[in-house]
Amino acid sequence: MLDSSFYTKTDEILSKYPAQERSLIPIIHEIQETYNYVPIELLPYIAKHIGITETKAYSVASFYERFSFEPKGKFIIRVCDGTACHVRQSLPVLERLRSELGLSDKKHTTDDMLFTVETVSCLGACSLAPALMVNEHVHPAMTPDKATELLKELREEASKS
Amino acid sequence: MTVAKITGHDELNVLRQNYEDEIKSEPVRILVCAGTGCQASGSLKIWEKMSELAKNTEVQIEFAPEIAHGKNHPAVHKSGCLGFCEQGPLVRIEPLGVLYTKVQPEDCEEIFETTVKNKEIVHRLLYKNKITGEECFNQDEIPFYKGQTRVVLKTCGTIDPESIEEAISAGAYQALAKALFTMSQEDVIKTVLDSKLRGRGGGGFVAGKKWQQVAAQPEKTRYVVCNGDEGDPGAFMDCSIMEGDPHRMIEGMIIAAYAVGAQEGYIYVRAEYPLAVKRLTLAIKQATERGLLGENILGSGFNFKLNINRGAGAFVCGEGSALTASIEGKRGMPRVKPPRTVEQGLFEKPTVLNNVETYANVPQIILSGADWYRSIGTPDSPGTKTFALTGAVRNTGLVEVPFGITPREIIFNIGGGIRDDKKFKAVQIGGPSGGCLTEAQLDEPLDFDSVKKLGVIVGSGGLVVMDENTCMVEVARFFMDFTHRESCGKCVPCREGTLRMLEILERIVAGQGEMEDIDKLRTLADLIIHTALCGLGKSAPLPVVSTLNSFLDEYEAHIKDKKCPAHVCQKLKQYVIDPEKCKSCSKCARGCPVQAIHGQPKMPYEIDQTKCIKCGACISACPFKAIYVA
Ligand SMILES: Cc1cc2nc3c(=O)[nH]c(=O)nc-3n(C[C@H](O)[C@H](O)[C@H](O)COP(=O)(O)O)c2cc1C
Ligand code: SF4
Ligand code: SF4
Ligand code: SF4
Ligand code: FES
Ligand code: FES
Repeated sequence: MLDSSFYTKTDEILSKYPAQERSLIPIIHEIQETYNYVPIELLPYIAKHIGITETKAYSVASFYERFSFEPKGKFIIRVCDGTACHVRQSLPVLERLRSELGLSDKKHTTDDMLFTVETVSCLGACSLAPALMVNEHVHPAMTPDKATELLKELREEASKS
Repeated sequence: MTVAKITGHDELNVLRQNYEDEIKSEPVRILVCAGTGCQASGSLKIWEKMSELAKNTEVQIEFAPEIAHGKNHPAVHKSGCLGFCEQGPLVRIEPLGVLYTKVQPEDCEEIFETTVKNKEIVHRLLYKNKITGEECFNQDEIPFYKGQTRVVLKTCGTIDPESIEEAISAGAYQALAKALFTMSQEDVIKTVLDSKLRGRGGGGFVAGKKWQQVAAQPEKTRYVVCNGDEGDPGAFMDCSIMEGDPHRMIEGMIIAAYAVGAQEGYIYVRAEYPLAVKRLTLAIKQATERGLLGENILGSGFNFKLNINRGAGAFVCGEGSALTASIEGKRGMPRVKPPRTVEQGLFEKPTVLNNVETYANVPQIILSGADWYRSIGTPDSPGTKTFALTGAVRNTGLVEVPFGITPREIIFNIGGGIRDDKKFKAVQIGGPSGGCLTEAQLDEPLDFDSVKKLGVIVGSGGLVVMDENTCMVEVARFFMDFTHRESCGKCVPCREGTLRMLEILERIVAGQGEMEDIDKLRTLADLIIHTALCGLGKSAPLPVVSTLNSFLDEYEAHIKDKKCPAHVCQKLKQYVIDPEKCKSCSKCARGCPVQAIHGQPKMPYEIDQTKCIKCGACISACPFKAIYVA
């Protein structure tokens, strides 16, 4: 069971959109931005509000790569593996991040909930390939060593807050 | 602060004049590029620093109205992407026109003392021609810009995309006013038809025809939708337009809405472009406040409301019917056609769906006319096309060129040739639905129909240059992996077929391919191309077909000789110890995770190739650099 604060927050989000099917994806986006993931328990609640079936809400939410039912880390690192980044060696950067954090293509989030590592195809910074994005901030011209450095900085940032 | 709505063309002109005067009166105008690329390189820090310096600096000027930071102070603005992101952060200083590259926060004070106050140049920040070493003072002197024709990107990088005043001063919404007050809906459609503007999202469909078909539908509720999903991995043209000049694209959409009688529109943007979403949202708000969107636009009686929808990481949503399904709140899956989008698109109503760049072309066509437009490019592919030039070229970035230019000109003149003096191998065009062009094809004109004859498509505009160090089989595997992952799974040929092709390619790059695999790839490709439901499946095999046609020898080398000629494929690498250099220290053997290295004191060590998993650990372990990759 989610505690009631989740539902209060969701009500707040729901009130911004017309209670229609077309609001589903924007609502899920906002939920994910609020919690870093989509608490699956909220889907029936949202579905009821906008007048669609639970199954439908679930099938839509699970279709889109960006929506995650698993909690994500404080820092979501999206390593670009688009064409431009791929030909400029994005994989070694990804491998370094995964090996430093003990993650893999199956396990995306560290147990301390600090880091999530995913891949993405193109961040619009192809001239500065290989690129990666931490939450909404793009880091250009990455190398494995720079990735190690970045993790160190992020850890420091986390310990401060 | 509430701003008044503009009611009429004259009022727009007065406003434009005021804003223009205001900008001209800025004694010095400092434009800091704040596109995705330059922001990633730290341009916001530069902007902050410059703004602070501007507050404390007075500059001699003739007259002094109230601007940006008050009387007599230089004005600091953020600009959109100039396309030369690799050299960023970029700073442009007007009226001098000088362009500084790779600016760091430490450089700001010097720029202020030298350039802003004393109108002199900071030479070390100028771009140097990569071949001749010559200094380039402004954009026009840089080879990267010389070969370009900037129509769509004309004001991208010269105005502040977060300010509608700057956009209006540069002529935004003039075409809208012209269309609303001097042209009938039919006139607008006719002009766009006559211009032969073709869709820039990949297909090259004549935009005016779509508009005409929508306008002719009996159903009166109609929609105008902009495809800003830009799924091609390695392309960022639409991103730069949405971020750098959002009003141009929005204006194009409003004109389309007027032409076809639509009341509402949607912009579908990739979620991976947060800055584009932010700038578009702001632009819509500003345009609505000023009466350029919403009810009674410019006092003409025409109403049009514009919404933004964010994608959620599915490439297939770039396909028209999947995109409209996604806006409706459904799974983004393509559907069987007919009915077509122009008949029953969004919410089953007639819908104009065009790409970002297609709409961004419209205002200038309305202003300068169809004849002017057709004077650029080739007779059947008029106008310009933006390309994201990336990969192994000296200058990477966003370029805009007239159709009909040759790939050689783009790569060697604008792009400055291949990096590190390596040899050109191929250029990939059209992303996961395209193919590659070889040296022998570099002098063919680049336009919709000519490249089709070469077996590739113009596509959305990704141009990835590959040098001798690129393995074409691996490139084919890369794209197949992408399309397989992005297949929505609705139809079997695409879902299963791409998986089968991917498995074969994975075997080949691992050195386990057989010669029959080539025939299998060709048969599967043929099957998928002819039976898949949507464009994703139909074009998924093209990168493989294209590399099979042009680089069969590379496939054969992987299969027959178990060799990767470009030394890329990890599993075909052989780690070897040079017996001359080996000092038998045993460090490598201790570091090998699978005990593949054996040896005895005073004898050179050896690697057992049957055990080696090619992890590369031994190379860095050897203090004598005795281990190399063969
Ligand atoms: C799988 C797939 C992905 C597509 N992705 C895009 C895209 O990202 N952007 C785009 O403008 N068109 C994309 N298209 C093409 C659109 O279906 C459509 O043709 C286009 O948006 C129409 O606009 P245009 O005529 O102005 O090019 C894609 C098509 C397919 C089949
Ligand atoms: S071709 Fe592929 S992406 Fe298109 S509908 Fe079929 S399975 Fe989906
Ligand atoms: S590459 Fe790795 S597995 Fe192979 S010999 Fe060297 S250390 Fe051992
Ligand atoms: S580490 Fe180098 S020198 Fe030492 S045994 Fe291995 S190959 Fe020979
Ligand atoms: S391919 Fe990586 S940012 Fe575009
Ligand atoms: S983002 Fe600054 S030039 Fe592209």
